[in-house]
Formats: sequence, C-alpha cells, structure tokens
Amino acid sequence: MAKSITQEFVKGLWEEIPPFRLVLGLCPTLAVTKTIQDGIGMGVATTFVLVCSNVLVSAMRNIIPSKVRIAAFIIIIATFVTVVELLMQAFTYPLFLSLGIFIPLIVVNCIVLGRAEAFASKNAVMHSLADGMGIGTGFTLALAALGAVREVFGSGTFWGMPVFGPSFHPFSFMIQAPGAFVCLGLMLCIMNLVGKK
Amino acid sequence: MGDYIILAISCILVNNILLAQYLGNCPFLGTSKKMETAVGMAMAVVFVLVLAGVFTWLTEAFILKPFKMEYLRTVSFILVIASLVQFVEMFLKKSIPALYAGLGIFLPLITTNCAVMGVCLINIKEEYTFMQALVASFAYAAGFGLALILFAGVRERILLARVPKPLQDTSIGLVTAGMLSLAFFAFKGMV
Repeated sequence: MAKSITQEFVKGLWEEIPPFRLVLGLCPTLAVTKTIQDGIGMGVATTFVLVCSNVLVSAMRNIIPSKVRIAAFIIIIATFVTVVELLMQAFTYPLFLSLGIFIPLIVVNCIVLGRAEAFASKNAVMHSLADGMGIGTGFTLALAALGAVREVFGSGTFWGMPVFGPSFHPFSFMIQAPGAFVCLGLMLCIMNLVGKK
Repeated sequence: MGDYIILAISCILVNNILLAQYLGNCPFLGTSKKMETAVGMAMAVVFVLVLAGVFTWLTEAFILKPFKMEYLRTVSFILVIASLVQFVEMFLKKSIPALYAGLGIFLPLITTNCAVMGVCLINIKEEYTFMQALVASFAYAAGFGLALILFAGVRERILLARVPKPLQDTSIGLVTAGMLSLAFFAFKGMV
C-alpha cells in the first residue's frame, strides 16, 4: 500500500534516519563533522544531490533499461555532484575548501545510490521528491548533531563561538579520527536506547 | 627508491585510508563480521584500487588536462572506475574462475566504495607522478586490507563477549574502530 507524501518525508527524520537507522554514508559522517557548520554544509549538499537525482531517476524510471540502470543512476548522480561542486566553489568558497575531497565523493555516497535503487526507481516523482527531502533532512540533522557534540567538546566552541570559560581545556580527542568513531558509536547506542522498544 | 618506501609507509600506516582518512567505512563495517568476507573484500580492493589508480591517473594526464576539462573529473573518474570493475569482473570470470569465486559479490560493491574514488582523487590532488601514484594506490589498498583484517579479528572476538543490548552490532563496532584508530594514531608524525 502506497504511503502518503507526508509519510514518505517524515520517515526519513526518525524511522529510517541515515546514518543511524540505515548504516550508510559513514565516510562523510565521520570526516566532515569536526564543526557544526561543516556538518550542515555537507548535509545540505548531499540533500540537494539526493533530491535532484531521486526526481530524475524517478521521472526516467520507465525509459532506463534495467540492465544498465546502475550505470545510468551513477551518471545522473555524478552530474548533480558536479553541479554542486561548481556552485560551492563559486558561492561558498571557505566551505568548499574545508570539505575538500568529500564533495566529489558524494558520488559514491551509498545513501544517494541506495535511495535511487531502492526507492526512486520504483515510485512516482512526487513520492521520490518527498523521500529525498526526508532522508536528506534526516542526514543533515544527524551530521549537525554529531558536529555539535564534537565541536563543543573538541574545540570548546559552538558555531565558532566559545561556550566554556577560558579555563576549559579542549578535549582534542573528539576532533581527531578516533573520536569520530567513538562518538558516532555512542550516539548510535543512545539512539538504540531511546528508539527501540 | 627510498622516497617510494617512505611514501608507502606513510600511506599504509600514518595516513591509513580507513582509520585516518575516513574513506571506505561502509564496507569496513559491513564486511568485517567474518574473517572470510574481510579477506575477500581486502583482496578485491587491492586488485581494483591499483588498476583504478593507474587508469584515472592516465585519464587525468592524457584526456582531462590537455583539453582543460578538469571540471568533468568527478563524472569521468566514476565512469572509469565503474567500467573497470565491470571489465575486471568479466575477465576474472572467464580466465581465473577460482579467484572470481573467492571475490564473489565484493567486486560489484567496489564501484561505490569511496576508498577507490578517494585514492584516485588524492593522487591527483597531491600531484603525484605516475610511479608515485602507482605506489600510493597499492600502499593505500594494502593499508585498507591491513586495517580491515585486524578489525575483523577483533570483531570475531567481540561475538563471544557479552555486550549491553543498545551497544550491540554496529555501535560496538564503531567504538572498537575508534580504539583501533587510536592505535594507528601512534604512527602520526613518524614520517
């Protein structure tokens, strides 16, 4: 039974929120969440690609032969990633520099290809749009949350502004690679604790 | 020669692709539950990454640069990698069926492994020469295999331990990866 468009949107915010419920797209999650700005920037870029590719894949789902569908999806995604890359280079240059190699790597983000294959290739355009928006927003929220935790404890700031007094010594473990893994693992644990019956 | 050895060590240990550069983490968590799958994935990555590193370097040097089409890098690299994976799959199926059976389902998954694409982009970003790109691709792939196999060993032991319910599976996996990453962190500043 087909769900309503609102339901498709809402499910991405909690029920299927990546990268917690769907364990996909871990690399950008770990790499760009040193600060909350980077996390949100990456989330918005991924959302844009996700929404556009979902809509296009869904609109073309009856034209693309099923044998070459993965290749076709990847080309569609790569096109939008190039668009995002050029736009970010033009308008948000500092963000473009701090995300670096992870912008072109949205192409190989499993969330985007996963949604194209699992959802957009089987559903109508409006539903795919809602699905892309929902999953994208969920991903952005997750990145922002992780970025906030890591920034507050790792550098003692929130959105670039200091939160603790001058006596605070930053817990620099959090902004390094090991901290990223441990922090995500513990957040997943909290999600399980809260969300599961 | 010494330069290449230093480059290799820095790519395998210091800048380990999984634990220091955060690339290729989905297969890292996905295929590390059993030692066999981890070994299969590691072999497949070594195989494809070396080829992909070489071919994308050639694409950049002989097609994109001379025609000033660097903005098409993302699209062309993913095409090169996807067709390479397809080609390797067909070639192995025909000529080395034993290896093909061993690598099995891991080959097609490699197309969306960000470690492969990531290393290709790093090679270009660091402006490596052809030989450096070749060594770096191999060393990154070896580092991937090393970390994946170590992690699979640890994870097999965790199966025997009593883990609190909310921490089970991926969650404890990530915390363990953090510890492993901390161990690799000790190599920082070595090269």
